[in-house]
Order: sequence, then structure tokens, then C-alpha cells
Amino acid sequence: MPMPVEGTPEFPMIFRTRDLTKVYRTGETEVHALRGVDLNVAEGTMAVLLGPSGSGKSTLLNILGGLDTATSGRAFFRQREITAMAEADLTRYRREMVGFVFQFYNLMPSLTARENVDLVTEIASRPMASDAALELVGLGARMDHFPAQLSGGEQQRVAIARAIAKQPDVLLCDEPTGALDSATGVVVLEALDTVTRELGTTAMLITHNAVLAEMADMVIRFADGRVQEVTRNATRRRPRELSW
Amino acid sequence: MPSVLDRKLLRDIRAIRGQALAIALVIAAGVALFVMALGTLRALEGTLEAYYAEYRFADVFAPLVRAPDRLARDIAAIPGVAVVQTRVSGPATLTVPGRPAPIAGRVTSVPVSGQPDLNRLYLASGRWPSADNPDEVLVDQPFARAVGLRPGDGLTAIVDGKRRRLRIVGLALSPEYIYALAPGQLVPDAGSFGVVWMGRKAAAAAFDLEGAFNDVALRTARGARVESMIARLDDLLARYGGTGAYARKDHSSHAFIRNELDGLVATGSVAPPIFLAVAAFLLNMVVARTIDRERQQIGLLKAFGYTDIAVGWHYVKLVIALTLAGVALGEVVGAWLGKELAELYTEYFHFPILRYELTADVLVGAAAVSLLAGLLGTAFSVRRAVKLPPAVAMRPPEPPRYHRGLLDRLRINALADPATRMVLRNLVRRPLRAGLTTLGLATAVALLVGSLFMRESIQRLIDIELTLAQRQDLFVTFTDATEPAAMHELRALPGVLRVQPVRTVPAKLRFGPVERRVSVQGLSQDGALHRVVTSDGRPLPPPGVGIALSDKLARILGAGRGDSVTVAVLEGRRPVRRIPVTVVAQQYVGLAAYMDLDRLNRLMGEGANLSGADLQVDARRLEEVYDALLERPRVAGVTRRSEVLGGLRRTLDRNLMLMILFFVGFAGVIAIGVVYNSAHVALAERTRELASLRVLGFTRGEVSYILLGELAVLTLAALPLGCILGHGLAWAMVRAYDTELFRMPLVIEADTYAWSMLTVLLAAIASGWLVRRRIDHLDLIAVLKSRE
Repeated sequence: MPMPVEGTPEFPMIFRTRDLTKVYRTGETEVHALRGVDLNVAEGTMAVLLGPSGSGKSTLLNILGGLDTATSGRAFFRQREITAMAEADLTRYRREMVGFVFQFYNLMPSLTARENVDLVTEIASRPMASDAALELVGLGARMDHFPAQLSGGEQQRVAIARAIAKQPDVLLCDEPTGALDSATGVVVLEALDTVTRELGTTAMLITHNAVLAEMADMVIRFADGRVQEVTRNATRRRPRELSW
Repeated sequence: MPSVLDRKLLRDIRAIRGQALAIALVIAAGVALFVMALGTLRALEGTLEAYYAEYRFADVFAPLVRAPDRLARDIAAIPGVAVVQTRVSGPATLTVPGRPAPIAGRVTSVPVSGQPDLNRLYLASGRWPSADNPDEVLVDQPFARAVGLRPGDGLTAIVDGKRRRLRIVGLALSPEYIYALAPGQLVPDAGSFGVVWMGRKAAAAAFDLEGAFNDVALRTARGARVESMIARLDDLLARYGGTGAYARKDHSSHAFIRNELDGLVATGSVAPPIFLAVAAFLLNMVVARTIDRERQQIGLLKAFGYTDIAVGWHYVKLVIALTLAGVALGEVVGAWLGKELAELYTEYFHFPILRYELTADVLVGAAAVSLLAGLLGTAFSVRRAVKLPPAVAMRPPEPPRYHRGLLDRLRINALADPATRMVLRNLVRRPLRAGLTTLGLATAVALLVGSLFMRESIQRLIDIELTLAQRQDLFVTFTDATEPAAMHELRALPGVLRVQPVRTVPAKLRFGPVERRVSVQGLSQDGALHRVVTSDGRPLPPPGVGIALSDKLARILGAGRGDSVTVAVLEGRRPVRRIPVTVVAQQYVGLAAYMDLDRLNRLMGEGANLSGADLQVDARRLEEVYDALLERPRVAGVTRRSEVLGGLRRTLDRNLMLMILFFVGFAGVIAIGVVYNSAHVALAERTRELASLRVLGFTRGEVSYILLGELAVLTLAALPLGCILGHGLAWAMVRAYDTELFRMPLVIEADTYAWSMLTVLLAAIASGWLVRRRIDHLDLIAVLKSRE
């Protein structure tokens, strides 16, 4: 079945979804997290996903990242159908293509900053050096600190370094500044912005903060499990130019 | 450089080192017991085999009254006989300079030309007796050491009523006397029984057996059928007073060692599985908790593209690391204990050599079994980590589900305060874990009950065997069947209060296909000094008609009251008669059969003859009577009951106490391991909850109550359960030690239960106190700010 919008050679699509739905069952209740999502994301895009809690943003990101499976519908990464991949293929897909950044950093508390990055470079096929990844996010001096010895912003920057160290094709960030104050948030977003510009990585970023829409090429607004609106910015603004 | 995940593993282990140590200790205890028991067993079996082979321990033994030397040729002609050794051997009473009381002994002949063909001696010091001097003898080394004899010393022996001065030229060890039991003794006591080896000619002269022998030992050819050989030998020796040939397995020294080795097998096979089961449970508790805590890290690893197998392997390595730490410690300790124990046994058994080498299969086997237990125990938890979908792992875990359950319906909760309600609901929420924790603690109680009860059981054994059944002060054995007139002679000795005749006849008892060689004892009807008793200690009158069997003998033969057994006497006219079993009596040592003395004499058809007598003696004149008896001709030996009792007590105190101490320590390890780990895991799981309560204004005491109250309930539930399991374990131990030589009554007194429960309770309180200190130092802010 043809997709509504095919990528063109000039603007190839990295993600395409068609009527993607997801239903969670917890106990006796059913939660419709996604109610038919159709979306196209072009290569090299910085996309920001906005929307209230429970509107389906995280679910979409998890499915696109191969962390979760859809209940129905299809999702493609370039020419490969994510929704058709077996568990082992999903693992390989995550390992080779995807970098994740989470709200709560999720560093291994028993590993140093460098070792947390090593965790990914050890299994990646074309990683950059862990030191270089940490330099990129401005943490060259704190590589041998344990998470407990780092501030929240520093921990999140380690998480970004860890996500980009494998040189992924896409970077999926779920509320990366959600747990940070605004000044620290800017530092983290700057790191994210720099890295994606330098490496040309496609990034999808979930946030509650509407101001951040201005740092994106593409803004996707979610409500009640559906894509409500997709808008495009002519230019991507640097995070430090934003104020909130 | 280890991989990053391995570095994480090492740091994680360091973070839970207290629990890791507790688990390692439990595994170590099991592994140490296994390695010790099996290592010692292998060492003793290897040593025994080498000793028997090198010193040519015979395969078949046959005592008789007197046969001409030329009969040896006929014996050698029996198919399957490879080597024949004829000897002169008999009881003797030894008097050692500086020792007032005479000592029971045995004189056995050796060729003066050198080592005999079979049953060779290990010459520990000195030289072989010379042909020129008939007074030269060898003495067994443990006896010589115990009474302070050395080569060059003299001693006196009363042989066949004749006093002879002997000179010791050497000290020796023999494979026949590894376990040297004096007649009437229950356990060996080196100072109370001496073996003397004398030149054949001199011995023959002493026993009036010139040109004859009264003892034969055989080596069988490879593949020979021992049973048919024994039957042929019995036929051949019947007219020479043969009292029944027996195979090596029935040789008393060998049988006692086998019994001891079987005890090691029991120790090595009963206890270690218990420890490993507890260790598996503890491992699972810790690994499950680690996986819960690292739920998000697992999700993250999978998000990064680590495979399910890589994640599973990470936790399997945690299990392997914790297990192998315990295995390594256990193997080191077990190897050391095994060596010490083997040396102790060598000393005790008087082996001239010791072959102790711990083979790789024991060590590898212990490691493999432990790993298997650990991996099986944690399989479900690790599977959970493997199966955890990454997206689910990234979400915070759902709050644990509590239900209004049985307790609410029973309105128990309505009666309790909120803290108690939390304790009760938490118990009900995880019934499996609560059950396993209880079971773990109960195991500790059970191990204590299962080891402490032995003291009381053996006390009961001593009471029944040596206080209720046998009440004589002295037991006299005659050299051969003696006229009843001897009773008057004994009664006439000043100090003797009561004399009771005894007749013992060697016989084969047969019932269906089963046959056993035992001594049939004749007891007189008025007998108060030697009685047959029931298991509850009630004395039974000697069987009027028929025969009384000890319960073990009855079980072996498969005969019960009312059945008729075939009694084939191996002495005198060798009558064979079918006799009904009228009594089955309780007996804990050896196999025995009893008949009325007069009926036994009638069966023998030789008139009233006696083989010994039980004496009750005025305590003040006991020594005087004892010495007087030894002076008499025809007296082969005199045994003091007090000495038998003393020897038994000494051995038991030394061996049993060591073992009990061992088990108390190990049970303590289990109790501490279980409580410490349970409390730690509970604390880790509920830190946030408890910290929240503290913030809400609960005191440290109240918060501790919520956590430790749960463990207190489980501990209290474990105590009675442990007593029940302990009873079962004690029963299993009694079964494991049930042999033809020795059995234990199952006696568990209230104080065994009390001490077992108290020990575990104290261990639980100590562990609870350690955790309580952690609750007191809880950093509230840090706990609440961090995300679980």
C-alpha cells in the first residue's frame, strides 16, 4: 500500500507512519495512547513534539525508536518497516541507528561519565571516541566523575554524549530538559543543537515547553493520541536566543 | 581491561557486599561440608585400600578349636582359594609394669622367619621376634603408647591360665586391628585392649596347639565366589570346631570402619543440599531485588541495542560471581577441614600411611552443583530481566498492588494500628517470599535440632544398653564352655553379691533367603543383671520358649513375632533347629538373639555349659574381685561396665561435640544470612516509603517496627515450623546412621527445641539490629529526591 507522501530524492523521508495506533491494557482499563497517527519526517530534520501529558508523544517516540510495538498501523525507517521487525531486528536497529535521551538522564549510577558513554561505544559499529563525545557536550573535564558527583545538567549532557557517541542516524529525546532549570536547560539544548548540526543527525524532541518550538525545523502538536497540527519554521533558532 | 558492563557488575557487587558475604558464607558452609566429607571419605578409602593391599589383608577369616597343620592343604584345595594362612590365636590377660589392673588382650602367632603371607604387620619400631628366644613379642603400637610400653620393656601375659613373662622387641600396626575392640567394649579404647604377636612355636606351646592351628585366613582368587567358598570351608572345619567362616565385610575392624565411612557419606549428602537450597533462595532474593532496582537501567541497555541475551548474561554473571565466591571459600575451608579430619582419623584408626589428595572432580563437582543451584534458584528473576520490554522498563514501575484481603475480611486489620496493618498487608502481598523466608529460617532451626538431638539420643542409647539392659558390674568370659559348678566358685569370691550365668553360642540364623551369623545368648530366667528391654526401657522376661531377636536383626531377616527362624549352631554338635520368634526387642548396638539359658543348653545337647557370667559386686571390693578373677584359669577376660561406659562417653564427647559445634556454627550462618538479607532487601525496596513516613512524622522506632515487624512475624512463624522440620531431619539422620553395628533412638527433648529456637532468635535479633542502625541513619532528603 503506498504511503500518502513518499520521500523524494531531494528530500528523503527518514520516518513515515500510517494509521499508527497503540492501546495499553493495564488491568481492566484500556488506554488509547495513539489513535491513528500519519506522519512524515525528512532526513536531517530537527522536530519538536508538543502536547499535554498522555497525548501520545512518548508512545510515538518509543515506537519509532523500536522500544515499543504498535497495536496496528505501520511505521517505516527509510525503506524498512519498523512495525514488521522481529525483536532481534529491533535490537539491531536500536543499536545501529538510534540514540536516546531521557528526562531522568538514566545514567548507570555505578559507572563514571566516560564509562557510561563506553557502554554504547563498545557495541556500536562506527562510534566516535567517548572522550570526543564528552568534549562535544562540554564535559571534557569531568569524564571520570560518577553520576552522583555531577549536577543534573551535567548528567543530562553525559546522556546526550552517550546518545550521539555511536553517531546515530536519529536522536530521540523525551523531555531532555524536563527535570532542569531553564539556565541549565539552555546549556543542554545548546549541546543537542550543536551536535545535530555538526553531525547532520535527525532529531525528535519531546517537550512541554512551547518556546522550544522555535529551535525546530518542524513542530508536531499532539492531542488525545492524534497529530493535531504540523508546522514548519523557515529557520532553526539557537536555544540560547530563546527565553522562557 | 574488563568491559564496561563487567565494571558495573563489580561495583554493584561491592555495593551489596554485606549481602554478598552472607550468601557466600552460606554457600561456603555447604561446599565446605561437601568437600570435607567427600575429601575425607576418598582419603580414607584410598588409604584403606592401599593399606589392605600392601599388608595383604585377608578376604575370609575362620576361627576354630583345633585342626592339624596338614589340613591347610585341604583348605588350599577349595576352589577359589589363592593363599592360606593358618595361625594360633587366643585371648590373654596382660599385666603391664606400673599398671595395677590387668588388661584384656589377644595373642596371635606370626612366623619367626618374617612377614606372614596374609595380614602382614607394619613394624613401627624395633625388630621382628627371633627364632631363638620364644619370649620375644611384638605389641600393637597404639596400646603400647597408651600404657607407656617401649621395645625392650617386659610385660606379663596370662595365656590359657599360665603366666608368662614376655619381652617386647618391636611395635607394630596391623590391618586386622585398625579398629581394636576389647571384648564387651562398644568403642575402641587403646589402653584397654592389647594385641601381642608371638612366634608361631611359642604361641602354639602357650595354647597347647603344637602341630595344629585354631585360626585361618584366606585370600581369594580373582573372581572367586566368596559365599560358596565359605560354605565349603565351614563344611571342612566343622569337625575341627569351626565356629563359622566370615568374609572381610563381617570382620569387626573392617565393618566398624565401613560404618564410620558411611557416616561421612551421610554427612556429605544430607547437609550440603540444605545449604545450597537456602543459598539459592538468598541469591534469588538479592538478584530479584537488583533487577527491580535496575529496571530502568535494563530498559536503557536494551534501548541502546544490547540484546536480551547480553542483559540476561549480565545478571547470570552476578549469580556466578556471588556463587563462586562462596565456592572458593568453601573449597579452601573444606580442603583444610578434610585434611585435618583425615589426619584425626588416621590417628584414631592407626593407619601407618595416609593418602590425602583432593581430586579435581570433588572441587569441580562442588562448584558445578553450587552453580546449578544458584542458576536454577535465580532463573525466574533473570528471565524477568530478559523479557522486560524496553518501553515498559523505562516507565516508573506501577505501585505494588495491595488488596483488601483475608485479613480485612476477618476484621483483624480493623483491630490493628496503621503500622501493623502495613506489616500484615505486606506479608500477604508477597506470600511466596514470606513463605520462603520462613522456610529459610526454619531450616536453620531444623539443622540445630537435627544435630543437637544426637546428644540426647545417645544418652538414651547408653541408658538402655548399659543401664537398663546390662546392669552387671563385671562380665567374665571363659576360655571355653564351662561347668555350672564354676558359678559356685565365682559366688564364693569375697565381694561378689550376685552371679548370673551366661551362655553365648555362635550360630547362623536363617529366614527365607536371608542369613546372618550372630551370637545367640542364653539368659537365665531369674536374670536381673542382663535383660532384654523394649524401646521405652521396659524390661522383658527372657523368652520362655522360642527366641528373642533384636529389632534390627528381625528387620534384616524379615522375620517378625510368630515366624520361625532356622538356627544353625556353629559349635559343639552343631544342631540345626527351627525356633519361633516370640519377642522382638529394642537394641541399638550390634545384632543379637536371645534364648532361655536352659533351652539353649538343651538345644546344644551337652548338658549345662557356660561361656561366661555376669557379676554384681560390692563397689568397695570391685578391684579386688577383678584382680582375683584374672588370676583364675579358664578366665579369658573380665570387662568392667564402668570402663565400657567411660570409653563410650570419652569417644562421644570428643567426636560428637565437635560435630555439634560445627553444625551450630553453620546453622547460625544460615539464620544470619536469611534475616540479614531479608531485612536488607526489604529496606532497599521500601526506603522511599519509610523515608516518606519519617517525613510525615513517624519516629525511627515506628518506622523500624514496620520493617522489622514483618521479619519478626516471619521469624516467629519459622520457629515451630523449624521444630517440625528438625524432627524430620533428626528422623532422617537416625535412618542414615541405621547400620548393623549401631543405631540411634530418636529422642528429642524439649531443651533441644528450646536451644535451637533461641539460637536462631538471637541470630535474627542481631541481624535486625544491624538493619535497624541503617534505618536510623536514613538520609531523608536524599532518598526522597532520588528517583527509584
